[in-house]
Amino acid sequence: MWQYTLKRLIQGVITVWFIATATFFAMHNVPGDPLINDRSVTEDIRANLEEKYGLNKPIVDQYFIYMGNILRGDFGISFTQENRLVNDIIREHFPVSAILGILAVVFAGLGGVLWGALTALYRNRLPDVVIMFLVILGISVPSFVVAALAQLALVNVNDVLGFSLLPVAGWGTIWHMLVPSMVLGLGTMAYLTRLMRSSMLEIVNSDFIRTAKAKGLPPTKIFTSHQLRNAILPVITVLGPSIAAITTGGFVVELVFAIPGLGRYFVQAVQQLDYTVIMGTTVFYGAFLVFMVIVVDLLYGWIDPRVRLE
Amino acid sequence: MAEVQLSQADFEPLHADHEIQSISRPSLSYWQDAWIRLKSNTRALISLYIVVGLLAFTLVGPLLWTVDPAAQDVDQISLPPGADRSATIVAPYEPWSGSSVMPIGAGLRLADEATSEAVRLHWDPVPGAASYSVYRSLFNVGSDRALGLPLVDLFGEDTSYFEDRLDLTPRTYHYSVIAFAADGSELGFETLEVDVSRVITAEQALERGLIRTIDEVQIGDEVLMALHPFGTDYLGRDMLARLMHGAQVSLFIGIAAPLLFVLFGVVYGSTAGFIGGRVDQAFMRFADFVVALPFLLFMILFKIAFGIGPGESGILPMLVALVLLSWPATSRLVRGQILQIREEGYINASRLLGAKNGYLVVRHMIPNTMGVILVTLTFAVPSAIFTEAFLSFIGMGVAPPTPSWGSMCNEGIKTMLTTPHELIFPALFISITVLAFNLLGDGLRDALDARMRSTE
Repeated sequence: MWQYTLKRLIQGVITVWFIATATFFAMHNVPGDPLINDRSVTEDIRANLEEKYGLNKPIVDQYFIYMGNILRGDFGISFTQENRLVNDIIREHFPVSAILGILAVVFAGLGGVLWGALTALYRNRLPDVVIMFLVILGISVPSFVVAALAQLALVNVNDVLGFSLLPVAGWGTIWHMLVPSMVLGLGTMAYLTRLMRSSMLEIVNSDFIRTAKAKGLPPTKIFTSHQLRNAILPVITVLGPSIAAITTGGFVVELVFAIPGLGRYFVQAVQQLDYTVIMGTTVFYGAFLVFMVIVVDLLYGWIDPRVRLE
Repeated sequence: MAEVQLSQADFEPLHADHEIQSISRPSLSYWQDAWIRLKSNTRALISLYIVVGLLAFTLVGPLLWTVDPAAQDVDQISLPPGADRSATIVAPYEPWSGSSVMPIGAGLRLADEATSEAVRLHWDPVPGAASYSVYRSLFNVGSDRALGLPLVDLFGEDTSYFEDRLDLTPRTYHYSVIAFAADGSELGFETLEVDVSRVITAEQALERGLIRTIDEVQIGDEVLMALHPFGTDYLGRDMLARLMHGAQVSLFIGIAAPLLFVLFGVVYGSTAGFIGGRVDQAFMRFADFVVALPFLLFMILFKIAFGIGPGESGILPMLVALVLLSWPATSRLVRGQILQIREEGYINASRLLGAKNGYLVVRHMIPNTMGVILVTLTFAVPSAIFTEAFLSFIGMGVAPPTPSWGSMCNEGIKTMLTTPHELIFPALFISITVLAFNLLGDGLRDALDARMRSTE
């Protein structure tokens, strides 16, 4: 296990380095430069500014300075917001995104396992047909449409009731988080439901279920401790990549529901070409996602010892 | 042991029954077999028809519905489908400065019929009023006095009329007038609901091509405005034309990008799988790193890095970015398949017969992975369409005025409450397309690859 952990961690570090490098060179390729917006910049001022920000150094030097700063955890200063450190922006807005993401993952994971097990149990009967139809819808409707429709529904519900059942947008209390996190987790939940269903159905026919039946275990016991437990394994494997999907999907949900998360900030930074914020957020998110995938893989290795041997 | 006597007759061959050996059913190739299986799958077949229909909508549609997607119909802005499009011909506009005789009635009232050309209001002068403020709202003013748009502040007790010509569209407006005393205190408040009818002058109708000659119509006649079967958007552009041209963008990216990256993935994966050893290791490590890149973040990053010049649509950068980031999954899959097939008996047989490496790959290995490749391709289409829609939605996709379903959603969501059709149509098209390709992919997987068959 330790060896496996170490191996995964080293791979993770290399991946983060790769992400940082790719980010650096991609951003360097962007047409225009950070000083282009200031019309009043004369040649002398420009030279001074380039000197100050180190923009006149050769690209290799810039790359090493940038990597050194990242290693020290310093992402620089925002270009468009005066006197704001990128670190501060991340520290302030990431927790919001993280809470939203965690809720969405919990919602998607629990829902996926529950609905998947239910459809497998009621195979080809009404609950199965209805849920699988909804699942197909959940996979096919883009998240921003779901978000917009959910918001519209909230407006109408509040209107009919005459008081605010749930807030339509914004952030702050648990009530603000409920609908956005459900919307955010919906696509993943649909995907997990499908996965859970097919993995449940595969296991129904396996030998150990037959053995359990033969030795006279009650059906509920077989279901909970044999079928469910084994069927969950594939769901856990895709949970890592799902976290990535949910995190980036959060951009849109944060935009629609006006949630002050890092995703919305990132989109804003992209629109304003705020180089340092874009780079900082990308590297931060990239590292975070790599870390989450490792955690999930380790968890998986702990639950199912067979993977460690690979 | 008894001695067996063998005669010459024992070595005569028995009568051979040739009929048993004849093949009673027609021989089916792999693809014929797959097609039969696909045809028996109703869901997949319907999806196939939908996909064909969408392609027809995209390619043939603009030839039949030749409305320019960028042309603005300023008379019909944000109109839902099926809206009334009749207009009455009126005489050219003449300036108005209050009626000489007060119109009959009390309070705030209309001096003339309310038309999309002008709404003429009159109210009884309030004694002691120093000024009047006129407001216009799209919604009921209500008890909390949501007055809406301030139109004008009029000074003097007797200026008790106002003509509104600001951006009028045929709908219901709520006008309010507040009278103020010289010290700013309110003296009176009145509100009036006005139904505006659409009017057009004969010259304008001619200009817009609604009539052929100016003598064709008299004042008071009705003409029909241009037809928009799916309504218009917030700039008065035809939704149907935009949906068709948006489909060209969305489906082009949705189909071209998967084709390109699957092709690249096949070349990369089969090279790695066929050569094997160190090369395979190195190739696959690199693919692992590309997989680890957070997909949407890097899509956005690459989009910025390529940049969009003035007048460009930004379709090509998105295509390149999609291909750059999406190939590893296919290459992994193909490599796995090739590794498996490499050990098969027929490959060894072919090699013994003197087949060269290139021939082996092209003749045996790729055709045998074709089923898997096709299934990957079908599932890659909806995810590419999703990516395009996502990026266009956050404003990082195709540049305006080029329509795409995602950017149309982005525009439509802003006016979701008042004109939902601007969001619903493009959203519906995205959903149906993605649904059709997903179901088709399921069907193809069941038909082409017995091992990957989903548990139904």
